[in-house]
Amino acid sequence: MSKRLEGKVALVTGGTSGIGAGTVERLAAEGAKVIFTGSNEAAAQKLCAATGARFEKHNVTDAAAWGPLIDRILEEHGRLDIAFANAGIEAGDGSVEDITIEAWNNIMGVNLTGAMLTVQHAMRAMARNPDGPTGSIIVNSSMNAHRAMGNFVAYSVSKSAVLALVKSSAVHAGNQKYKIRVNAVLPGVVETAMIKNLIDKSGDPEATRAAYEGLSPMGRMATVEEIAGLVAWLASDEARFSSGSEFTMDGASTAGMNGV
Amino acid sequence: MSDLGSQRLQGRVALVSGGLRGIGLACVERFLAEGAEVVITDLDAPDSELATSTVERLGQAASYVQANVTKSEDWERARATVAERHGKLHILVNNAGTDLTGPVESLTDGDWRRIMSINVDGVFMGTRAFVPMMAESGKDFKGGASIINVSSIMGLVGMSEVSAYNATKGAVRMFTKGIAVEFAEKKMPIRANSLHPGFVVTPLLAQGFQRWVDSGVAEKAQDLVDMVAGKTPIGRLADPSELASAVYFLASEDSSYMTGAELVVDGGWTAQ
Repeated sequence: MSKRLEGKVALVTGGTSGIGAGTVERLAAEGAKVIFTGSNEAAAQKLCAATGARFEKHNVTDAAAWGPLIDRILEEHGRLDIAFANAGIEAGDGSVEDITIEAWNNIMGVNLTGAMLTVQHAMRAMARNPDGPTGSIIVNSSMNAHRAMGNFVAYSVSKSAVLALVKSSAVHAGNQKYKIRVNAVLPGVVETAMIKNLIDKSGDPEATRAAYEGLSPMGRMATVEEIAGLVAWLASDEARFSSGSEFTMDGASTAGMNGV
Repeated sequence: MSDLGSQRLQGRVALVSGGLRGIGLACVERFLAEGAEVVITDLDAPDSELATSTVERLGQAASYVQANVTKSEDWERARATVAERHGKLHILVNNAGTDLTGPVESLTDGDWRRIMSINVDGVFMGTRAFVPMMAESGKDFKGGASIINVSSIMGLVGMSEVSAYNATKGAVRMFTKGIAVEFAEKKMPIRANSLHPGFVVTPLLAQGFQRWVDSGVAEKAQDLVDMVAGKTPIGRLADPSELASAVYFLASEDSSYMTGAELVVDGGWTAQ
């Protein structure tokens, strides 16, 4: 692994599992100092031991706790270069006819408001970097931003909404003459522990797995490492002219006519 | 910091059309820095000053084949040369392109057919020539072989007096999605993605700006550069190396699940 991110400080929300954990590993392997947030302390301890990253127990929707979290990062490292707004949920989601207002507010709170708070606090911190306002913010959207699922209305809407968050934030950074870039990643189905669990618990695991795999013409799901590689590229100076854009990594799932 | 010089493309063979200038040349230089062998094609004669001095400067891992991307016999010659010299191809960058500006009612049949031929036929013919070879070579590495078709932000959004160029770059974008789905469904180890540069400091851009100056759109080319920089959220034009780093990502195994996608490198132009 090359050390593209040596000297950079990174924050990953929802970093204790799935794409978040994979990204913590990748960013650390490329030389970044990584701070990640989440709620699962047992999983966090293992990841800290394996990567040297540091864990902060924090819920992205807790607006009041964001200031102190950023202060601790700046006190320890003096800067913030990379933020990956990754925390997301889908628990309680349903169709537009069925979803409860509680589930809707909960999912929007984490996936949309949580992402906004992440971008907001990351940009405020990056704007104060000692060598001037520089940094790379990456928001985890989904291919569902463009191909909605009928039984996941809140998830689909939230993942589409964060694209406008990314674009508005990128344009704002430009208006302020900040060298802070903001981009979205749109993964296809990723073989995370959460998806594996869904497969195992379904009535027919083999058929469920085949259905997920079949969403991509490639006939397989993405690995966590593949998405982490895209995030690392966007985090690095290799992507220094990209901002306000959508980076789809879905094995051509949305390039064709099938949708999801 | 970047991966520059990490040698992560060691063992790969790449072909870049239009590789003597601009974004193409930057891709060639980046591939060489990562340890790949590179075949350059362009219109210049093999014994021209530019072709000979470029290959000499780049060293033994680079070679040159004269080829007009609109001629299938030229692509066949390029394919035969790659087959003989390397026996394989892992990375194909269909980069050669031209531009055309002017009110739509002023464009001649010849203008239209010329740009369609270079920007669209060229991408199709390059792909067709190398797919069988790449389907074999793609088995060599994780992530398979990679085709990168250079479209433009003008393949995503329209611009006044750029309609013909818009049409060609939109065609490249959809051609790329079509072949991406085709290769994936057939389990062929070839990925295909489109690159969408914004305004990049290249000889082609300089020529285009000069034409606008000559036609009275602006007083001098620098005024156009300043205008474009001012309209770009990042506040400047791109250097070709900043596109080459995206092409490098698409060529590397880090993009192994990326196919049929669009890599936009435009300094925020299309986010506004």
